[in-house]
Amino acid sequence: MSGFAWDPCEKCEKMMQPYLDRVLTEEERLEAEEHLAGCSYCRKRYRFEEEFRQFVRLAVSEPMPPGLKAKLAALRTPL
Amino acid sequence: MGETTPESSPRQLATEARDRVRFEEEALELSDQVYAVARRLTGSREEAEDLVQEAYARAFRAWRSFQPGTNLRAWLFRILTNLNIDRGRKIQRSPDTQPLEENDYFLYNRLEESSSGGDGTPDERKVVERLSQNEAVTALADLPHDFRDVVLLVDLADFTYSDAAQILDIPIGTVMSRLHRGRRMLKRSLAETAVEDGA
Repeated sequence: MSGFAWDPCEKCEKMMQPYLDRVLTEEERLEAEEHLAGCSYCRKRYRFEEEFRQFVRLAVSEPMPPGLKAKLAALRTPL
Repeated sequence: MGETTPESSPRQLATEARDRVRFEEEALELSDQVYAVARRLTGSREEAEDLVQEAYARAFRAWRSFQPGTNLRAWLFRILTNLNIDRGRKIQRSPDTQPLEENDYFLYNRLEESSSGGDGTPDERKVVERLSQNEAVTALADLPHDFRDVVLLVDLADFTYSDAAQILDIPIGTVMSRLHRGRRMLKRSLAETAVEDGA
């Protein structure tokens, strides 16, 4: 990748996080999608990022220990 | 806070009891999500359980200060994160002064470079499969707390930037910068271990 600010892949890379967080403006989103449609280099990296986020979320999720819900319910104000 | 006065009519009391029960039930429905974040804010399951119980005890006591129709989930998480700070999590030096010059594609690029024999680019899913679950947990635990809080709220609990800003009582721009930086730090440490393990 060249270092020029207008390098389309570089721009696409900058848009990746806000794109996946769905905070781009409509215009920016279309710009990103237009570039992604024709650029497999960026497309792979966007897909990887989505997979990566999903991976982290699953990797760090731990189910609530059994019994905790009952302990929390016991903290309710008695009627 | 509008305590019930002795003059309250039976009808008022009944309404209040009904509102309270509904509040408590809605709060309890969110307990899995609260626990999931609490678990990563703390170092152990026991600590997480204590923190969640403390948060619910406080929420149930303070239920009148919750405004019906506003975001109960954000309200609960605000209690949780405040308690976590109160319980004396270690105050850290202002975190991470080393530069993070990498851009957002670098983890994939690193994994791609180190993948077997250069026979074309690997499938994205296979690349992710090379990452280890334990490493992800460790990398997250090693993030400076201010950064970890934001990453947990947005990436694990699915809060918007603006909810995360309200929960943590910081400007939205700070949420964005901590989030982006926190994610990069996470990726950098995963890239390091994955490349070491898999090269």
